[in-house]
Amino acid sequence: MNMLTTKQQEDVLSKMTPNPVKISGKDVCVFYGEKQALFDVNLDIPERQVTALIGPSGCGKSTFLRCLNRMNDTIDICRVEGHISLDDKNIYDRDIDVVELRARVGMVFQKPNPFPKSIFENIAYGPRIHGLVRSKSDLEEVVETSLQRAGLFDEVKDRLHEAGTGLSGGQQQRLCIARAIAVSPEVILMDEPCSALDPIATAKVEELIDELRENYTIVIVTHSMQQAARVSQQTAMFHLGNLVEIGDTDTIFTNPTDQKTKDYITGRYG
Amino acid sequence: MVPYILLALVIVAVVGYMVGRSRALSAAGSNISSLHSRPAYHGGFVAILASVPGIVLAVLWAALAGRVMNSIVRSEFGRELATMDVPQVEAFLRDAKAIAFGGVVGFRDETKERAAELYQSMQSISDIALLVVVAVIAALGFFYAMSRVSQSYRARHFVEKFVMAVLVACSAVAILTTIGIVLSLVFESIRFFQKVPLFDFLFGYHWSPQSAYEGAGGGGDVDNSRVFGAIPLFTGTFLITLIAITVAAPLGLMSAIYMADYAGPRFRSVAKPVLEVLAGIPTVVYGFFAALTVAPAIRGWGESIGLSVSSESALAAGLVMGIMIIPFVLSLSDDVINSVPQSLRDGSYAMGATKSETIRRVVLPAALPGIVSALLLAISRAVGETMIVVMAAGLAANLTFNPLEAVTTVTVQIVTLLVGDQEFDSAKTLAAFALGLVLFVITLCLNVIALRVVQKYREQYD
Ligand SMILES: Nc1ncnc2c1ncn2[C@@H]1O[C@H](COP(=O)(O)OP(=O)(O)OP(=O)(O)O)[C@@H](O)[C@H]1O
Ligand SMILES: [Mg+2]
Repeated sequence: MNMLTTKQQEDVLSKMTPNPVKISGKDVCVFYGEKQALFDVNLDIPERQVTALIGPSGCGKSTFLRCLNRMNDTIDICRVEGHISLDDKNIYDRDIDVVELRARVGMVFQKPNPFPKSIFENIAYGPRIHGLVRSKSDLEEVVETSLQRAGLFDEVKDRLHEAGTGLSGGQQQRLCIARAIAVSPEVILMDEPCSALDPIATAKVEELIDELRENYTIVIVTHSMQQAARVSQQTAMFHLGNLVEIGDTDTIFTNPTDQKTKDYITGRYG
Repeated sequence: MVPYILLALVIVAVVGYMVGRSRALSAAGSNISSLHSRPAYHGGFVAILASVPGIVLAVLWAALAGRVMNSIVRSEFGRELATMDVPQVEAFLRDAKAIAFGGVVGFRDETKERAAELYQSMQSISDIALLVVVAVIAALGFFYAMSRVSQSYRARHFVEKFVMAVLVACSAVAILTTIGIVLSLVFESIRFFQKVPLFDFLFGYHWSPQSAYEGAGGGGDVDNSRVFGAIPLFTGTFLITLIAITVAAPLGLMSAIYMADYAGPRFRSVAKPVLEVLAGIPTVVYGFFAALTVAPAIRGWGESIGLSVSSESALAAGLVMGIMIIPFVLSLSDDVINSVPQSLRDGSYAMGATKSETIRRVVLPAALPGIVSALLLAISRAVGETMIVVMAAGLAANLTFNPLEAVTTVTVQIVTLLVGDQEFDSAKTLAAFALGLVLFVITLCLNVIALRVVQKYREQYD
């Protein structure tokens, strides 16, 4: 097995992360019932950078991502072991308020899931429940800027009060992105945000990610190697529930140390 | 005879299926895909043509043969029957048939024996004729179908159309019976409204049909129309339904939310069957619970704070009825809430919403159409409920909105109007049909509203 040991992973990480660590996973194991989906994953996510998670389908990328804002809590049979800390505070501690955690760590899901409300209400939802806005005009501004940043505003500006579920799949996905950034979280987790988007919308989202990087920490799951290479600074390769390689994106794509990574990014995986 | 013929036709169908299929297989030769339809469709085609016309004929025959024989007997024995009145003729025919085919015979006489002989001979002729005709039809169908089986024959289309025809026929039965019931309601109501003006019925506020005949000598009709004012019944129904739904809606809905989103799987697995038991309690049982426990309790409580409460009250009936429909509201809304996709909840949680925020602002709005139709169904149920009202709210048609007084409802009055022997053309009994019609219209409106609501908000999540 040429998986990295904890020691090696830490070595590699300390060498190449200039930014302070925002989220740090230590020996993370996840079980769905009896079945183990993640095996001792050690992964540090630096602040204000984009970390891409890549790997073949079913290798546990979404599972890991969902650990970071404790969305796995909503799955009855799911059990998480190990430590995950956000700003050096273990998010699985008893005294952690999950609601607050999730307000700080936002998420865009693999499948678009707009609420059955109007486009406006979809985005106003978060700011409202967190009391982020004082007045109606504030709210309208938040909605507009969020839509604009997600590259959706021009398409929907005339029908903000129509159902969000009436949008096309790609538009729905951008609506979900807009919804997530409307509450200005510190970390944004994105699970294949572009899998339903055309190249133009994808480019917009990538631009957005690049822009968000200045203020936010981003973790993105993607199946597109080009996308990982374009948007991320750090790439983590998963395989069968193991973290097999992590490193600087440039290094991973030009000079991967692991054979599986090499095969996967060159398309010979199989 | 008919049952044997039907059995035989079923066997014919099975055989036809197998023969048709193997014929299709041999027509296809080595290359199955050269068949337009798969062999099973050819088998189905042969089976249908060979058996269905015969089955239809046998069933029709069975339905009509009795009548035909009766009328033949009537005309044969015209002279003897001419002296009898209608019930006597029927008794005569009944006895003759009983003698012929076995059964309990009133009394025998020589004419009846002759009639019985006639019945017997007709029956055997009929049986043989049916057998022959069915056999011919089945054979024709079978050979025709077999001759059509070939590579290019579109048996699949035929079978699909046949399936559709069967489905259409089934829904036609349901629709036609409904139409029949409604029409009978309408016609009887029209007869009622010839005696009592529509306006007096719908807007009169005095209901005492029992008094329509008490001491009403001759010219009662004018007076009578005054005692058929249905307003007290509708207000009574409305009052009790309102109380019931005020009890059931919040309790049922909130327990449904608890069941769907808070309770663990273990609690659910216990609670669901318990609810089914609750839903299965006969309404009579609720009725005496209402009459023996709840009504006295309310009365005692009312008197202790100085209110006069009658021993039968709308409140008692409404409360118990509310409790009765809680499981109904609960399990319907539970299903609806459960069917809101988890991804919507996840989306909300991921925004940092709490559980109750998620339920209030995402789950309930998404489940609203279903919840509304659950409530409307519960209302229809409460409106139609009779037993509890009879036992706990009484029979007095008081025009009141005071829940502490005795009231009565539409369904209860329908029952009291029709209980006992009465001829079906007095205003009193016909009133029951008019009440039934109005009740039907009200329930129909509720259902239409429910459908509308559901349609309007449907497909909002997917
Ligand atoms: N809710 C669940 N219940 C049971 N097992 C699950 C559940 N979710 C995921 N798994 C299992 O965990 C493993 C990892 O799944 P995960 O969704 O994390 O994969 P993934 O890397 O995101 O794949 P993809 O690229 O296809 O989205 C899979 O084997 C999957 O079967
Ligand atoms: Mg995934």
